[in-house]
Amino acid sequence: MAAIGSSAQRSTSTPSVRANAVMRRRLVVGILCVLSLALVTVYFRESDSGFLHGLQSTGASVLRPFEVAADRVASPFEDASSWFGGLLHAKSDNKKLRKEVDELRAQQIVNLAALRENQQLKQQLKYLESPRYPQDYRPVVARVIARAPSQFAQQIVVSAGKNQGISKHDAVVTAEGLVGEVTKVASNVAQVTLLSDDSGAVSVLDIKTNASGIAQQGISNSLTVDQVTKDQVVNRGDVLVTAGWRSGDLSSLYPRGIQVCQVTQVGQSDTDLYKQIQCDPFVHFSTLEAVIVLVRKAGSK
Amino acid sequence: MIDWLKAAAFVFVAAILQVSVFSGVKILHGTPDLLLVAIICVALLRGPIVGAAIGFWGGLLVDTANLGTLGVTSLLLTVAGYWIGRYGETNGRDRSHAPFVSVVVITFLYALGSLAFHYVLGDPAPAREVLWSTLFQAMALNLILTWPVYALARILLPAPTRRERVVHAVG
Repeated sequence: MAAIGSSAQRSTSTPSVRANAVMRRRLVVGILCVLSLALVTVYFRESDSGFLHGLQSTGASVLRPFEVAADRVASPFEDASSWFGGLLHAKSDNKKLRKEVDELRAQQIVNLAALRENQQLKQQLKYLESPRYPQDYRPVVARVIARAPSQFAQQIVVSAGKNQGISKHDAVVTAEGLVGEVTKVASNVAQVTLLSDDSGAVSVLDIKTNASGIAQQGISNSLTVDQVTKDQVVNRGDVLVTAGWRSGDLSSLYPRGIQVCQVTQVGQSDTDLYKQIQCDPFVHFSTLEAVIVLVRKAGSK
Repeated sequence: MIDWLKAAAFVFVAAILQVSVFSGVKILHGTPDLLLVAIICVALLRGPIVGAAIGFWGGLLVDTANLGTLGVTSLLLTVAGYWIGRYGETNGRDRSHAPFVSVVVITFLYALGSLAFHYVLGDPAPAREVLWSTLFQAMALNLILTWPVYALARILLPAPTRRERVVHAVG
């Protein structure tokens, strides 16, 4: 017990007393260190059911109520501390969460766009595998990457060109129907003039009555079908498809049987030579995102 | 005897608080070590033998409560208690900055020693985490704890008078 007062000042102790104190403290620390090392060694070498493990388990059980009590006493302080901590972090958390919301919103937009594109491509794929698809043509699926800046030119630019085998005047379609024709081709992009452009025209055929005519830009978003003689029968609701005519070496730009429009209005007058027919195209030209360019297979006429 | 009991009880409370409360406190990734600070304060006031003994006792309590390898913390805290006891005994006790200097130095050495010991034993020893990511925060938190803990230790274990010291030393 005298050890507790062994902090004597050097000046007040004799050399023998000092030597004893030094010896004693070295002995104590040496014993404690050796004891610690022995504990470590034995603890390591013995199995989980060994003596020290059992002792430790008992000791832990004895200490457990104290720990629980301390935890209970401290829990209101911990709660208060975490409440204040939460207040301190609220501002930075808010900033972080706002950033996260912005990122997620951007991601959601990207995902929705991808979903819509995926749906459109699936539709195209369905069309490519359907019997409606013209067999002499190889499909080149391309994304719409640009639109004509003015409303006067009904054109789009697609992400495929010469390198994909596209050439001028190739027909461009979607699963819904005819889109237009390729009017300019670069290495990896091509310009497509839409059917709704005033320079575009296509020979059409009424699939029910076999009446033929030429469809071209009409009023607003509709098409006008011209050159339909009065003796031919065309009814409201009839579907018009590309005629795909051939005359000697000449042939239509478009393969036969591609849907073009549905007749909405039919009229005729005594003075006119031809019927006046209006039809709505199946393709929504303003929302095109992907198209199929029909490239004529090598060897096919 | 009373002094021994007081010191042991003081360290017992510190050890219990350490394992049940302070170990879960994370401030800027640092964790305060109340037990280490308590042992340093007692060792400063009562010298190397008491320092080593309560270091051993505190380490044993922590290893028991945490079901850790018995003897590891005891060894580290025994050495820490002894060194600080010697420092206090020789020239540090009466200096006002002694507890703070002791806490900073021992926190660093304790982290280093603990890392080395665990490495030798084959336990996970994340050096970057221990010596860089959390060490300075732990030092700062221990420094904050030092003032109240040292004040409490001085109340519980008042410094012996000059006369008492002489009596004890001479026997």
